[in-house]
Amino acid sequence: MDQQQTIFALSSGRPPAAISIVRISGPQAHAAGKAIARELPEARMAAVRELRHPVTGELLDDAIVLRFDAPASSTGEDAVELHCHGGRAVVDAVIAALSGIEGLRPAKPGEFTRRAFENGRIDLTEAEGLADLIEAETEAQRKAALALAEGGLRKQIAAWQERLLGLSAGAERAIDYDEDDSSIDPALPQACGELAAELREWLERPRVEPLRDGVRVVIAGPTNAGKSSLINAIVGEERVIVTDIPGTTRDHIEVPLSLSGIPVRLTDTAGLRETSDKVEAIGVERAGRLIDAADVLIWLGDTCEGFNHPRVVRVHSKCDLLDREVEPGSLPVSSLTGEGVSALLARVGEFARTVIPAEDAIALNQRQAGHVGEAAVALEDAASANDVVLLAEGLRVARTAFDRLTGRSGLEDVLDALFSRFCLGK
Amino acid sequence: MYDVLVIGAGHAGCEAATAAARRGARVGLLTFRRADAGQMSCNPSIGGVGKGHLVRELDVFDGLMGRAADRAAIHRRMLNRSKGPAVWGPRVQADRKLYRAAVGELLNDSGVELIVGEALRLVLDCGRVVGIEMSTDRLPCRSVVLSTGTFLGARMFIGEEVLKGGRRNEPAAIPLSEQIRDIGLGQGRLKTGTPPRLDGRTVDWAQLEDQPSDSEPWSMSALDDRIRLPQLRCAITRTTERTHEIIRANFDRSPLFAGAIEGRGPRYCPSIEDKVKRFAERKAHQIFLEPEGLDDPLVYPNGISTSLPREVQKQLVRSIPGLEHAEIVQPGYAVEYEFVDPRHLNQSLEVRELPGLFLCGQINGTTGYEEAAAQGLAAGLNAAAHALDLEQVRFDRRTSYIGVMIDDLTLQGVSEPYRMMTARAEHRLSLRADNAVSRLGAHALAAACVSERRRRNIEERLALRGAPAWPETEEGRADALYAPYVARQQREWEVVQRDSAVWIPATLDYASVPGLSNEMVERLQAARPETLDQASRIPGVTPAALSALYVAASRLLAA
Repeated sequence: MDQQQTIFALSSGRPPAAISIVRISGPQAHAAGKAIARELPEARMAAVRELRHPVTGELLDDAIVLRFDAPASSTGEDAVELHCHGGRAVVDAVIAALSGIEGLRPAKPGEFTRRAFENGRIDLTEAEGLADLIEAETEAQRKAALALAEGGLRKQIAAWQERLLGLSAGAERAIDYDEDDSSIDPALPQACGELAAELREWLERPRVEPLRDGVRVVIAGPTNAGKSSLINAIVGEERVIVTDIPGTTRDHIEVPLSLSGIPVRLTDTAGLRETSDKVEAIGVERAGRLIDAADVLIWLGDTCEGFNHPRVVRVHSKCDLLDREVEPGSLPVSSLTGEGVSALLARVGEFARTVIPAEDAIALNQRQAGHVGEAAVALEDAASANDVVLLAEGLRVARTAFDRLTGRSGLEDVLDALFSRFCLGK
Repeated sequence: MYDVLVIGAGHAGCEAATAAARRGARVGLLTFRRADAGQMSCNPSIGGVGKGHLVRELDVFDGLMGRAADRAAIHRRMLNRSKGPAVWGPRVQADRKLYRAAVGELLNDSGVELIVGEALRLVLDCGRVVGIEMSTDRLPCRSVVLSTGTFLGARMFIGEEVLKGGRRNEPAAIPLSEQIRDIGLGQGRLKTGTPPRLDGRTVDWAQLEDQPSDSEPWSMSALDDRIRLPQLRCAITRTTERTHEIIRANFDRSPLFAGAIEGRGPRYCPSIEDKVKRFAERKAHQIFLEPEGLDDPLVYPNGISTSLPREVQKQLVRSIPGLEHAEIVQPGYAVEYEFVDPRHLNQSLEVRELPGLFLCGQINGTTGYEEAAAQGLAAGLNAAAHALDLEQVRFDRRTSYIGVMIDDLTLQGVSEPYRMMTARAEHRLSLRADNAVSRLGAHALAAACVSERRRRNIEERLALRGAPAWPETEEGRADALYAPYVARQQREWEVVQRDSAVWIPATLDYASVPGLSNEMVERLQAARPETLDQASRIPGVTPAALSALYVAASRLLAA
């Protein structure tokens, strides 16, 4: 009976950090808070307290303590937050002390947000936004996630639904009330078409995935073109920060990094050539697939071997050797001297920016885009319907697509997928 | 001892009584006056868009209304002919006297015993209904169906005049209504309107557009035992700007309109005042002039329900083409009546807190003969089930308009008189007036509530689906037309199926589910949805609240 259990976890500020926040949520939260801090402040007021071990009385830390009363907390339950000094020893001691309290147990990954969702504090799109927010590594990611978590998408969907309702009302009136056997009022299909176009425009916008998972930049070319050296040179650049994105499988060389605030996953590939060696052939095939899936392609071969990719940066590698002509449109780069690397990164950055959502814009994720797409198709059907009944049906299907978007229907489908993304303590 | 006692012999009561009898129950039908059975209190027509669908579905279960309508038909029209077949609405105008006679005949053949008298109180024992107390007698029984319509103290309004009484000087059953209130079946008041009745001899028919009956023969009932009557012509006319001006000048003198619902407003317009106000850009509203009978001079102007004062009604009638010299025989009026909150009922129309008591008809807040009759069928079938320990008969909103109506009433309750419209059915493309037998035939046969003749008729119709000529039939063509849309709906269906599989335990305390506002808690408590899918249809329940409910229900079930 999970519901009765009170959970706790380090919620942010993994040591060493300036401040580490430990959250407690559940029916015993206040009792636990009192056990460790003696006295809790008023609801939503911060106060300094000495944290002491409930049994031994040993002083653990001077901390700032906050208290929240259900349902006015982020989880909807009684909650306590301990803002401790972020030293490893302190945090370990506080966590250990809480473990010993009756009725408390460590939170599972994503459990706090799950409770917020279960207690009706946030809806599905907001929960998705929160998931993104927690995983945000870069500023751009944070802003996009925040827009979502703050209900930005929910508001847009609400606006669309309002319009749909208006159109549906018009169609239904024609069916149930117009005894005149008249033809469809042309304003209706037109409005359907307009709304469909607006949805399509949203679908054209960059999705959240490149921002959230990193823009996929792939380096490809024939063998010995200097791909690996180039990666090393790039990684050594000042403006490039190698980050650590947990959970990604790296069975090929993939470097996650932040390029001027944009998350990028730089991938090396096998040299492209004809081969009878089986293992190498697998690598070449994989390289082909990676190139197809790339958001940006850095191509180190001759132009005539170039792939048909919308965002290619052609590189003339090893330009310090001066052993061949620099082809027009190619960027001369030397991993040895560092020449051209800066210009290369600038070019890559330009492309990457077109692939990620604009700042402060609300970006759709794969799931959401799917439903918006369904709605757009239904509205296009409605716009071309020659019978008001089929027009009304198109509108109805669009409304249902939005219902699934917000989680009003098809809940089971989304819950597990959503909460598997959460990490501990959030 | 009676198995089922039905109180009230209106459209709902007659269907309930005969349906119960068809399932083998011994049925008593109570009425104040013998002549009341089959009485059409205002509009002399049966069917329409949505309403016609209900009548066809009722007919599959061997209901009376379709057959009586065919026998008394003086005009037939399939509405919405120019639109898709899903919304074709068969409509029949009936001769009042002939309709009543037809219902009387069908009642006679049914084995239902007519009991003339007044039901004073329900007899209850240990929280169950066990009989009815009459002025002269006490009648024990196993189930009671309450189909009393507007008996609960109706009032009529014409402009500023208020007239007491339900339907034309009927005595109101006071002790019974008090008991209903005491039981706590949460009543409210609703208003609906009727148009003035005109003397057809003062109508200038010559200048008006004719509306002849459909030449194609179709019938309301699938059983071909109709008597074809001489078809009468109806006429069409329209309101004019002058009419609208008159109405606008007198908005405040119309009790129907003056008491309009705040906020969202009623989604349909019972009165001409409402139409003029809400669709202000329309220059004219259509009116159908419908004769009330073969030998009756009265004409029913369909489309100008009103409760404006008498003299205003006279003015507005005279401003309509063809009616410049028309005499009003009976002014239009608004009827205000009490009703019971249908959220007290489960989907078999039984009162949740009082097993054995079933409610159907206008008492549940609906308006229209067809809506009443369809509920009567459901209540009667299930009252018999309760009395004789048979299977309940449930209607699903995915396969019938009857299901849509019952689901809407019992989950959402009523804030304005509930009238059937095709807009209410999300599966409208599958629920057509021409395919009721295909949709419900098997269900009717399984419920063992149809005559031998009907059984053969259903089986024949179902067998037709396999015949080579099928794709050329009207139903076959319509099926083909909508097939791709229906297929797409199937996928949505699956999503709903999953949500329908999440049962909400009856023991769930909504007040303890976090994240639900007080208002949501009240609505959920009143409606008591059985599944998550039903809960999603309760007005005001947000997606966030739904997830909270989902989790609470899952936990309770897992515990």
